[in-house]
Amino acid sequence: MAGLPLPQAGEAKKAELPSVVVAKDHNAILLHAVDEAAVRAGLSIGLPLANARAICPELTVYDADPAADLKTLNDIADWCDRFTPLVALDAPYGLFLDITGCAHLFGGERALLQIVTGALSRRGFAVSAAIAGTSIAARTLTRTASGKIVADGEEAAAVGPLPVSALGADAAVTTGLRRAGLKTIGDVASRAPHEISARFGAAFTTLLGHALGQGDAPISPRKPLPDYIVEKRFPEPVATDTVIALTLSSLAKMLVAAMDKQGKGARQLEASFFRTDGAVRAIMVETGRPVTRPEMIDRLFRERLDALNDPLDPGFGFDLIRLAAGRTEIVVQQQRDLDATIHDNDELSALIDRIATRIGGKRVVVHLPLESHVPERSALALPAQHHLAAAGAAAWPERVAGEPPLRPLRLFERPEPIKVPFATVPDGPPHQFTWRRAQHDVVRVEGPERIAMEWWKQDGAPLTRDYFRVEDAEGQRFWIFRDGLYESELRDEEGKPVPANWYVHGLFA
Amino acid sequence: MNGARMGTLASLRGSIARIEAPSDAAMPNRVALGHTIADAMLRGGLAPAALHEVFAAGHQGGAATGFIAGLAGRLSARKPLVWVRQDFSDRENGALSMRGLAELGLDPRLLVTVRAADVDSGLRTAADALACDALGAVVLEVWGQARQLDLVASRKLTLAAQASGVTALVLRIAATAIPSTAETRWIVRAAHSPPGNAASVWGTPRFEAELVRNRHGPVGRWIMEWKCDECQFSEPSAYPQPVAATPAHRPHQTQARAGHRLAS
Repeated sequence: MAGLPLPQAGEAKKAELPSVVVAKDHNAILLHAVDEAAVRAGLSIGLPLANARAICPELTVYDADPAADLKTLNDIADWCDRFTPLVALDAPYGLFLDITGCAHLFGGERALLQIVTGALSRRGFAVSAAIAGTSIAARTLTRTASGKIVADGEEAAAVGPLPVSALGADAAVTTGLRRAGLKTIGDVASRAPHEISARFGAAFTTLLGHALGQGDAPISPRKPLPDYIVEKRFPEPVATDTVIALTLSSLAKMLVAAMDKQGKGARQLEASFFRTDGAVRAIMVETGRPVTRPEMIDRLFRERLDALNDPLDPGFGFDLIRLAAGRTEIVVQQQRDLDATIHDNDELSALIDRIATRIGGKRVVVHLPLESHVPERSALALPAQHHLAAAGAAAWPERVAGEPPLRPLRLFERPEPIKVPFATVPDGPPHQFTWRRAQHDVVRVEGPERIAMEWWKQDGAPLTRDYFRVEDAEGQRFWIFRDGLYESELRDEEGKPVPANWYVHGLFA
Repeated sequence: MNGARMGTLASLRGSIARIEAPSDAAMPNRVALGHTIADAMLRGGLAPAALHEVFAAGHQGGAATGFIAGLAGRLSARKPLVWVRQDFSDRENGALSMRGLAELGLDPRLLVTVRAADVDSGLRTAADALACDALGAVVLEVWGQARQLDLVASRKLTLAAQASGVTALVLRIAATAIPSTAETRWIVRAAHSPPGNAASVWGTPRFEAELVRNRHGPVGRWIMEWKCDECQFSEPSAYPQPVAATPAHRPHQTQARAGHRLAS
């Protein structure tokens, strides 16, 4: 476990003039971060800006930007993904890396610590890192000095001499401990736990226990742990499309070989490209069925890379490319040669995956019936990748044999208002209507078909609709309706009838 | 003439015969529409593994959609159908209603709809889908005069359709025809129900279909009726006039074109 608190970027080193970052806190402008020159000038975090200016008039002042800080921390966490898949944020300035079983890949814990601190220092960050058996112990160790490595079971001895402020508890608790005369963590640990709990609360006792190596709080990694990971490191950064494509193909083969041993196929794949300058680009691909063929993975990523709005920018090159299967499923092997439908279904779902990878999963849909008699709510469009099988087994209402179509082929999501000049009888069909600035003379009418709305589902009791199938002089067929019933529904406050609104809801073939 | 030259000639004749063969050899697997005259003009029916264009007359999206749904139903009643459309198509012409599709005798379970953001991505998706031989047909619905849908684009669709055997159907609404590699091109408008009482039951969908391009046969214009139960087209039942009157704003082209090959 390693903690990396990153206090403040030393920006103005060259000028040797002290600079500080300030933030507003309860109507006072306080120092939020200070650089080394400012520390030498006697400034400290938490000092009001006015006092700081009095101490050091030539101060350079910057405004704090917590959002940018968090983004930087996230970028660093992305970069740290190359060491372990389990990276957790310890906002505002820290990161936890669970390096269990990873350190040997980088030449041991000491070497790993040096790689991390060295690389971050070169980028201008002030880094303090430590490795310990528990996350809290490692974080506590970083607060005084960088580079400590503590073996399992020796946490208590290592953190004992450190001041209580290193624990990172509330300001009130830290002050309280200091007032009680407990200066170091060892002092606090020497008291009976129930005394500490009674005075400072159970949460603090737990924190203390974790710092001393008694029990561990699990870290919450930023990303779920993928089921399979394969990666390739390059001694020389690579930047050409050919090499990137070849690497992805070979990684796909390795990944499939690994999954194949356990009879798994990937439902979700992520390729991560780690640039030498620390930027990381991750590209995700989802599939409707478990993928078991490397060429399919290869093809999906090629489609995705082609369709990117902002193409993959290699900058000075990638030094690590990783392919991870985020979600996998057990694959049931089917005999493909004998059954043509299995082949067709496979082909279709592969096609859907390809299209969805390029233009987005929500744009490729299948349709499922919905239990509702309201026309606009009688079907549901769902992503085809996940609902292809359900759509294939759906039960649609049977058509009545011998009848002309009772429902239009094209249905407007929102019925479009039409102008109806008059109707011979109040609740009869119109003789003429104007839709989209074109006038239509009604030649033939079928109806009405009365459809009541689902009053139990929504407030405001929508009006009952009377639908008519009408044909105009040119032969076009429309599905129009009058919103509301005469006499009963269409009345103003005084009880007088009001004219109804008419809408066109669909077009027949 | 020596033997070698005779051999060369024979092989050249053979290759010419092979090149010319598909136009006649492909006849048996043509899909009959059900309308006798139209089938005769099309030499047995609609050619699969080719590109067919259907234009809506004016803004009459409903009739053209019904016609192309009918063609798709004839081509592949039991195979999946991919329908590629643009994002705003729902607002402009209404969404494709599954109940309406079922009423026409097609199976909504076999439909996969793709909502493309623009014409380019729609074209690419359609070309992709055409490469998948598990499909029965691919419908590409394009609203407006899309300049991306040029000769090159239609050539790509045709080649993809020929390679896989899947038929490409292009539905154009609010557009005028430009040169393309389509096997057939239709202009479809709604046709009247048979005359009768204004309040009488209207019948099955009727289209006034004008075949304006046919690469391997003559063109013509017919009233075609869609039989929802049999899932096929037919001659209009009980309709007194053989052909609907030509609208006043169009020249009477039917007779002039009938019996000719139309190059476009």
